[in-house]
Amino acid sequence: MKFIRITGLYIFIVSVLLSITTLFMGSYTLTSSSIEEAFSGKKSRVSETLTVVAKENGLLNKTYPNQFSFMEDVKILLNKYNTRITDDLTKERGISSVEKERVLSAATKEGKVIYSQEIINQSLSENKAKLLHDGTNWMYTSNKTYEYEENFEKDLTDKINEINRQLAGEYVLYDNKYTRFDITERSATGIITNNKVLFLFLTFGLGVIGSLMYIITGLFLKPIPGIKNNGIYFNNAINRGWVGIIVFGFLVSFYVLLYFYPYIIANWTNIVDPLKSIFIKNGSASQWFLYGILYTVSMIVMGIRMFIKYRHNQYQIVRTASVLFFQIIFAFLLVEILPLFDLPGVDLKNAWPLDYNFLTDWNVKNYLEAGHLGKFLFFWGFILSLVVVPVLVYFYGKRWYCSWVCGCGGLAETLGDPYRQLSDKRLIAWKIERWTIYPILIFAIVMTIVVGMNTYDIIATPNNPNNHTFLGINAYKINEWYGFFIGSIFAGVIGTGFYPILGNRSWCRFGCPLAAYMGIVQRFKSKFRITTNGGQCISCGNCSTYCEQGIDVRSYAQKGQNIVRASCVGCGICSAVCPRGVLKLENAPNDGKTRHEIPEVILGNDVNLFEMLEENK
Amino acid sequence: MEHIVIIGNGISGVTAARHIRKLSDKRITIISAETEYFFSRTALMYIYMGHMKFVHTQPYENWFWKKNRIELKKAYVTQVNETSKELVFDTGETMKYDKLIIATGSKPNKFGWPGQDLEGVMGMYHKQDLESLEKYAPNNKVCKRAVIVGGGLIGIELAEMLQSRNIPVTFLVREQSFWNGVLPAEESEMINRHIREHHIDLRLGVNLQEINADEYGKVKSIIIKETGEEIECNIVGLTAGVSPNIDFLKGSNIELGRGVKVNRMLETNVKDIYAIGDCAEQHEAIGERRPIEAVWYTGRMMGETLAQTICGNPKEYTPGHWFNSAKFLDIEYQTYGWVWAKPKENEARFYWEHKDGKKCIHVSFDKNSREFIGINTFGIRLRHHSFNTWLNEKRSVDYVLEHLADANFDPEFYKQHEKEIITKFNTEQQTQITLKKRNWKRIFSY
Ligand SMILES: Cc1cc2nc3c(=O)[nH]c(=O)nc-3n(C[C@H](O)[C@H](O)[C@H](O)COP(=O)(O)OP(=O)(O)OC[C@H]3O[C@@H](n4cnc5c(N)ncnc54)[C@H](O)[C@@H]3O)c2cc1C
Ligand code: SF4
Repeated sequence: MKFIRITGLYIFIVSVLLSITTLFMGSYTLTSSSIEEAFSGKKSRVSETLTVVAKENGLLNKTYPNQFSFMEDVKILLNKYNTRITDDLTKERGISSVEKERVLSAATKEGKVIYSQEIINQSLSENKAKLLHDGTNWMYTSNKTYEYEENFEKDLTDKINEINRQLAGEYVLYDNKYTRFDITERSATGIITNNKVLFLFLTFGLGVIGSLMYIITGLFLKPIPGIKNNGIYFNNAINRGWVGIIVFGFLVSFYVLLYFYPYIIANWTNIVDPLKSIFIKNGSASQWFLYGILYTVSMIVMGIRMFIKYRHNQYQIVRTASVLFFQIIFAFLLVEILPLFDLPGVDLKNAWPLDYNFLTDWNVKNYLEAGHLGKFLFFWGFILSLVVVPVLVYFYGKRWYCSWVCGCGGLAETLGDPYRQLSDKRLIAWKIERWTIYPILIFAIVMTIVVGMNTYDIIATPNNPNNHTFLGINAYKINEWYGFFIGSIFAGVIGTGFYPILGNRSWCRFGCPLAAYMGIVQRFKSKFRITTNGGQCISCGNCSTYCEQGIDVRSYAQKGQNIVRASCVGCGICSAVCPRGVLKLENAPNDGKTRHEIPEVILGNDVNLFEMLEENK
Repeated sequence: MEHIVIIGNGISGVTAARHIRKLSDKRITIISAETEYFFSRTALMYIYMGHMKFVHTQPYENWFWKKNRIELKKAYVTQVNETSKELVFDTGETMKYDKLIIATGSKPNKFGWPGQDLEGVMGMYHKQDLESLEKYAPNNKVCKRAVIVGGGLIGIELAEMLQSRNIPVTFLVREQSFWNGVLPAEESEMINRHIREHHIDLRLGVNLQEINADEYGKVKSIIIKETGEEIECNIVGLTAGVSPNIDFLKGSNIELGRGVKVNRMLETNVKDIYAIGDCAEQHEAIGERRPIEAVWYTGRMMGETLAQTICGNPKEYTPGHWFNSAKFLDIEYQTYGWVWAKPKENEARFYWEHKDGKKCIHVSFDKNSREFIGINTFGIRLRHHSFNTWLNEKRSVDYVLEHLADANFDPEFYKQHEKEIITKFNTEQQTQITLKKRNWKRIFSY
């Protein structure tokens, strides 16, 4: 058994090393077909022109040994392509500089500016005149006059550039992570792309097999059920030792690559193409599909570990089964399946404000364009956040979401479980927590209002969108900032990447706005509490040590006080590890008193004495 | 300002200090030779087992003491001078006090076994014991076998500790069955089984004859008295009970028995000197309790009570109904009221055991009046409040069992056994009680 366990560990390590190696395998070649595939979603002129530009610059069919040298040239190519397509389109349909000069000279006579629709019509062909009229009619309204020629020239030039840019808009390929990823993924060639299934097995397959060998043998090596936290603080991997630091480096790098440089891990997405093909014929996986697979598989494997480790604890079993169910069905399968029915591929359990794009224009459009069912799903989003969430928190505490349903929570409770003891229990950490999580909630609310107003404008008056600003804040900017700092850096890089350093719930504890929202409900209006069993506590500290939310459970338990805390996610581990049976998660009537107050007999001390102690508190 | 000096920074001394601070502005000093800051002795085992680090066993962060103006001194008190109200430290230093609280806890018993002071022989009480265990038994290469002498709560904890590092353990227990001076035969037998299931070499009904040394003065083996068998081992854990740690008071005028003699006000015979916690011995036992109670919560209660007295609110120490808890490897145990190892004259018993042999309850009640006397529960958690109230209200056993669901404290989704329990009870007792559904209103009234 021990042998199988160790072998499993080695297999797992080999699979990880192999996965990393695959990033450096194969080569990259830009071909007309790879270009076509990468931009199949765009107008065919895009790939055609790009192919031409590539050819002219000698980049077509050139082979690169790795994605980095490939990207150097792609950057140049994109630049050239963009110049070319803008020029071409301007020539065809836009307003050229010659034409601009024509308008300019027609509108300025002897140092005076007289600009009007007639001037435009005189100077340009019908189509172009209309373009310029639509873009600049505000420049000749009655209350707009130009004293100086220079001002007029500047406005006109700006506007014409904007018009030209807009014309080219759908053809321009912005040099961003998406474009880079699409083109890299399709240009990858060689051993990996030719043997996707084999590599899927060698990386993911072996990884799963190895870890399961390691995990399942635990059942035989520790045959007697019970809390087995032996050696946790001697283990390098989960006690901020060197293994932990390596894992930390690996996780953080993975998130940085995934969020900001997905083109670097294009080979990984190629490897999971066979899985994507289950849903769509010849499917090509995006980085999000890769992430979804990794996420779900880690949760399942580590969920099995939970089932084994806590097999004596029915609460843990049911709860783990629940998070796995919601991850597999809602966060993974439905997201893949809904689009097959022309519905938006959304995670239906992802509630605002955790889902910070709920009211973003493209998201709302996705819903509204998907018929009645789509509209219903949009409506469900509101019901979920505004009714279902608070009502269930009232009855069961925020645990119903955080440790039964949520994806972030689900990962934290499975993959993250070995790291739970690393959360900071100090009072100062609690103070910091309150100074981060509530401001983030406010940030999320403000962001949503601004973005929501913008979406409303776009949808209500599609022809006349305002300047995307509300309360003086630009909707796209704030959305982007939130997405970058909170959505990517905090929730991903820190939230998961820092498992081996900060414990498994640093996002849920310090960052998640939904947790903040539910926490307020839980703290002030809920039936949920952790009941303390009278005077049985021996202050051993197991409960506090293993609280992933850094709650000093012992400080309540040893006073005989119930635990009513905004941050408690109800994972139930304090109750599981307590050697004296002191803690019980309960939903009970809430009359305030029974939930918070220190009951009289807690210390087992004489009732009278206790009343007197109460008086003196 | 009155200076309260407390010897001992265990749960009793620290609780007294905290409550005195809550109630007054007096100057408070806590002295201990063991550690700088208060930690939970009950959690020592988890450090060795790697569940926790030492810092996790400290219920208060280090800034707590200064913030609450509780002065800490790390030193060993060698002498108490009651006439000059002065303490003498091993360094020769002295300290004045106005009121003195003795809270020096216990020390492991040693019964004069040959070899009991050899290198590699240790108790399991102080932090230093843990350190020496770490030194002599860091793993199963250095320590090929350990022998534990004395089958009590600390003994089985030590066995579990060593087992967590895969060190083979031989467990010598004087009694015919584990802890059967406290546990009734059925429970004791269940724990015997569980110990053996964990591959611990449990030897019942045997005594230690002597401990042998190798040429360096380190433990080499032990001899069992009854059989003369020699067992090779690298460490010996002495866990045959504890006794009050009061040797340093022997020259003083403070009245000593096994512990420091105190009255119900926790006062010693000397004015302004008090004793609490493991080291205090009541002149007369309170109820069925023992005069010396070496458990965590009684230390805490004495500390709270004495703080009241010292702050001008004189109170007797009045522990409520007996309760306690422990964990035997993987089996949790709780008890409320009294279930003696052997039923007393007036007592009847009801015992239920789950078919997996790891859960049971044992109820004691009065044969004639059917008044509920106490319950032992293994593998099922029960609610302290419920039993405390039922004992106060002198409920009958029938009432208690009818309302057993109210008292269930197991986590949600656990299988509940009340129905099965009641069915067995009804058959044995020829009663017709039915289980009442859990009711929050009642639970909150407990
Ligand atoms: C391994 C272990 C497990 C236990 N588990 C449980 C349990 O599960 N449940 C339970 O109820 N009880 C348990 N106990 C018992 C419980 O820990 C004690 O009852 C409790 O700690 C006693 O507290 P105290 O304050 O009286 O003394 P202590 O905690 O013993 O503190 C006394 C302190 O005074 C110091 N001291 C003594 N003499 C001097 C001196 N002359 N000068 C300076 N300092 C001095 C000592 O070094 C010590 O630090 C356990 C004990 C042990 C050892
Ligand atoms: S509640 Fe349980 S785990 Fe927490 S300190 Fe008390 S006895 Fe230990």
